Amino acid sequence: MNIIEVKNLTKKFKDFTAVDNISFEVKTGEVFAFLGPNGAGKSTTIKMLTTLLSPTSGTIAINGFDPGKDQDNVRKSFGIVFQDPSLDDELTAYENMDFHGVLYNIEKTLKIKRIRELLNIVDLWDRKDNLVKTFSGGMKRRLEIARGLLHHPKIFFLDEPTLGLDPQTRNQMWTYVSALNKKEGMTIFFTTHYMEEAEKIAQKIAVIDHGKIITQGTAEKLKNSTKTNSLEEAFLALTGKKIRDEEANPMEHLRMRRRMWRH
Amino acid sequence: MIGSLGQPILFLVALGFGFGPIFKRAGAGNYMSFLAPGVIAQGIIFTAIFSGIELIWDRQFGFLKETLVAPVSRLNIMIGRTLGGATISTLQGVIIFFLTLLVGFRPTNLLMLPLALIIMFLTALLFTALGTAIASTLEDFQGFQMIMNFLIMPLFFLSGALFPLNDLPGIVGIISSFNPLSYGVDGLRGTLINVSHFGLTTDFLVLSGISILFLSIGSYLFSKIQV
Repeated sequence: MNIIEVKNLTKKFKDFTAVDNISFEVKTGEVFAFLGPNGAGKSTTIKMLTTLLSPTSGTIAINGFDPGKDQDNVRKSFGIVFQDPSLDDELTAYENMDFHGVLYNIEKTLKIKRIRELLNIVDLWDRKDNLVKTFSGGMKRRLEIARGLLHHPKIFFLDEPTLGLDPQTRNQMWTYVSALNKKEGMTIFFTTHYMEEAEKIAQKIAVIDHGKIITQGTAEKLKNSTKTNSLEEAFLALTGKKIRDEEANPMEHLRMRRRMWRH
Repeated sequence: MIGSLGQPILFLVALGFGFGPIFKRAGAGNYMSFLAPGVIAQGIIFTAIFSGIELIWDRQFGFLKETLVAPVSRLNIMIGRTLGGATISTLQGVIIFFLTLLVGFRPTNLLMLPLALIIMFLTALLFTALGTAIASTLEDFQGFQMIMNFLIMPLFFLSGALFPLNDLPGIVGIISSFNPLSYGVDGLRGTLINVSHFGLTTDFLVLSGISILFLSIGSYLFSKIQV
């Protein structure tokens, strides 16, 4: 069964086509990697899948529901870790978890039990009463992962979850995520710029460039079709070696301003 | 929060003490008493609009995105956020009120203080909703300077916070009477020093009415937000 089905999905911003008529399926319990250079349309696609953005045309089914019509059921079906942090810095780790539980209407005793479990798994139980603003980047990521899992979603979206993390944290994070996938049968949908991560844990890979899906299949298939030895080479063969200069958009301005503010 | 108290204090000290003697010579009474409610209103409107505008930031890097993907209606999120912002702005107003006491301001009737608090909250609610509505339509901070120069500053200077609205020359008088902040300032003056231009009932009705209007517009625009 397919837990995510996307048909002829298109998103246009004025005269720019960010996502251009893409179709793909993700099977229940699969680990799916969505790869592409900067500005290829990855984040735009994830936003459409997660009800944050409405498509220009095409259809989406998440766990059988349409994000345009049945938002709440779609929202209950997935957990997400965004590219940019979305924790409340002025709350403690525990309070962030607790608030998520309230938003998703999780029954109280169950909520307390799961928060304890999850914070233990991501090694943050000792720091549960510390304010999030005192956390390092890696700790924040771990907390976001724990939070995204609190309502036991069927699908877990991770948008460049390992960006800016050290190899230790990345390794630990993927170990945990793949364990979840194996044990709970949770579907994982992620994007990354680290090809070795995708090669190691993804069962299926789709490569998107200029808003179009160029190819999809297993890492083996991608390597064979391009006659290369690693996914990184296959990726470069598919998308070219030219560096993408993403046009400065408002988002980038904001991101830069934020860096200046925080440091 | 401490930082944002600097401006009101500056207004109180510089204008209050600076224009005080002239105001008195013109036979208009104690300028500090007249100015204090205006400065309280100023503190509220600045904090309120900013807390609304913060939405621009929040939806990209903040906590807001977490709430936008949660199975909760946008209306609830918007109302919750606005009430939160309005509460903080009201507190800001209360703190400035205590500061005005330090520079010699004395309210005429202490029994009216609860009513003053209600006026403060309504003013705060109105402008938080306005800030939210504007922020819902903005993509980034580039329009921010515009809002500062063409919205917040005119709202403040043409509200009667610094000068009496009586006998204003035509156009300025008309603009002031269309400025919702005028009614906030006037309401505060009515409750704190028992001097009112429009009358407390009018102030109250206008503030409530426009708050509801801005909340509705804000909710609609907020429900259309795409990240």
